[in-house]
Order: sequence, then structure tokens, then C-alpha cells
Amino acid sequence: MTGHVVPVRAYMGVFLALLALTGLTTWVSYFDLGPMNTVVALAIAVTKMLLVILFFMHVKYSSGLTRLVIVAGFFWFAILAALTLSDELTRNWSPSPAPWSFLLPLIRGLL
Amino acid sequence: MADAAVHNVHPPGFAHQFEDMEQQHEAGNLGMWVFLVTEIMFFGGLFACYAVYRALHLQPFELGSRLLDVRFGAANTAVLIASSLTMALAIHSAQAGKSKSAVMFYLALTMILGAAFLGIKFTFEWRHDFVEHLVPGFGFEVRPEWGAVGQQVPMFFCFYFFMTGLHALHMIIGIGILTVLTIMASRGRFNEQYYAPLEVTGLYWHFVDIVWIFLFPLLYLIGGHYTMGGGH
Repeated sequence: MTGHVVPVRAYMGVFLALLALTGLTTWVSYFDLGPMNTVVALAIAVTKMLLVILFFMHVKYSSGLTRLVIVAGFFWFAILAALTLSDELTRNWSPSPAPWSFLLPLIRGLL
Repeated sequence: MADAAVHNVHPPGFAHQFEDMEQQHEAGNLGMWVFLVTEIMFFGGLFACYAVYRALHLQPFELGSRLLDVRFGAANTAVLIASSLTMALAIHSAQAGKSKSAVMFYLALTMILGAAFLGIKFTFEWRHDFVEHLVPGFGFEVRPEWGAVGQQVPMFFCFYFFMTGLHALHMIIGIGILTVLTIMASRGRFNEQYYAPLEVTGLYWHFVDIVWIFLFPLLYLIGGHYTMGGGH
């Protein structure tokens, strides 16, 4: 026999866990948790993804080389997301006035 | 393992260039994962784009999310998870040396569930969106009750249709591959030693499931249902 055979009972367990997590994420979305809304939804989605990858996709039993390729893929996506959002989310961080703001009263006076 | 017996008696489906079936299995899976990594980046670009526009237009995105019917999204998530289970069971049947009809049964069930997902998506959801004038480019109507941010709601629906559309395209391709696999299974191509096409297609099918696992909360759930500033 080639490859690891996962018992049917494990598949059923993962299936039921995925259904339960789908129910949980839907239920939780009816409560306003503020900024935690997105965090909770994504945390549940990542948990579901790990269940699918580890058991349905057999990565729990796969070689280190395959795992390295998968982790590298997600790492590259993390770079893509982090560098894109580092611009978007930090645009209004600077609390200091713009260097030319001392000219504002002067400009207003002229107008 | 390079003894004479291994080289003389070729198991069906065994390619010459590999040491043994184990190595062939490993190489096939690794190759599929390399393809799936390109898929992660393919969908990842869209997800990153979604995150940027959501950050820029939070209110219209939450408004758009509220206009989707969460019942269809949740039902489709359950259907897709069930199809992932039947796909895993199809591979399990081949691994355990069950009859070809068992493999074909689970493959057919996977296709039926995949088709059910697409049926709910196209005939209920997209049709409903079209009737409600929520399809950008096809008579989208900005409603007065959306207020000042109403003009940006079509942006949410552009993401919604593009992301779910690309996902649906992957499902259609997957059903096509499953059709070929069912024919192969009916001809007795798979056994407990050789089931690589099933395994590799399973990886693809589960990956498409994972994409939906993220699309469901991002499009339907976040900010969609709790009342915010006097929403419905």
C-alpha cells in the first residue's frame, strides 16, 4: 500500500468539526465584537483550513519536503499581504503637522 | 529496493524513472503542491486587494455584506465540506482496495455535491442579485437608503462576483476532472498501489474548498449582521 491510510472515523470527525466550526462562525457573526469580528472570523477560518490541510490533504503524514513547499507558499503570501497592507494601514499614523503647516495662517490671510 | 524482483514485476501505473511506488507517490504529491502554491498566490493577490479596499471603504463593504443572504453562504459551505469528505472517501476506497464501484460511487457523490454548490450559487444567489439590481455593469442601482457611501457599494459587489466567480470556475474545472476520473475508475485503472490521479485531484478539490472557507466569512459574515449605526 502506498501512502498513509487515514481511518474513515478520522475523516468523519474532521467533517463534523468543520460543520461545527461553520455553525460557530455564522453564529458569532451576529454579535458585534468590534475589531475582533474580523479576528474571530479569520481565526475560525484558519482552524478549518488546518483541519482540511492536515487530514483531508494528508499533510499530517507527508514528508518534510512537501511541508516545506507548503509553508513557503503561505510565507510568500504573507509577504504579499504584509507589504501591501503596510502602506495602506499606516497612512494616517504620523501625528506631527505637515512641514508646511506654519504657512497656513499666512495663506488664509492672503485669501 | 533495487533487486531484480522489483524491476521485473511492474505494478500497474508504475513509471520506470522512479525507485518504487512510494517515491512516485511522493513526487506526484509534491508536484501538485507546487501547482497549488501558485494557486495560493493567484487567489492571494485577490484577497490582498480585497483587504486594501475593505480598509479604504469599510462602511460600503459592510453594507454590501448585509445585502448577501448568509443562509445560502452557510448552506454552500456545508455542501462543499461534504464534497471534500466524499472526495477523501473516494481516495480511501482506492487505498483500502475496495471495489471500483465504491470509488465511482464516492466520485459521483462528490460531483453531485459540487454541482449542488454551483446550483445554489448560480440559480439562487446570482439570480437574486440580478433581480435586485446588485450586479455591477448590469443595471446596478444605488439605493437612496444607503446614504453617502452608496456610491462605493458596487466595489464590494465587483469583489464578490469576481472572487466567487473565479472560485466557481475552479469548481467547474474540478467537476470536469472528476468526470474523467470516474471513467478511469470504471475501467479499473486504480488499485491500492496506484491511485495517484485520485490523490492529486483530491488535493485540488480540497484546495478549492479552503478558498471558499475564507470567502464565506470575508464576504458574508464580517460586519454583515449585527446592527451598526441603525442598519436593518
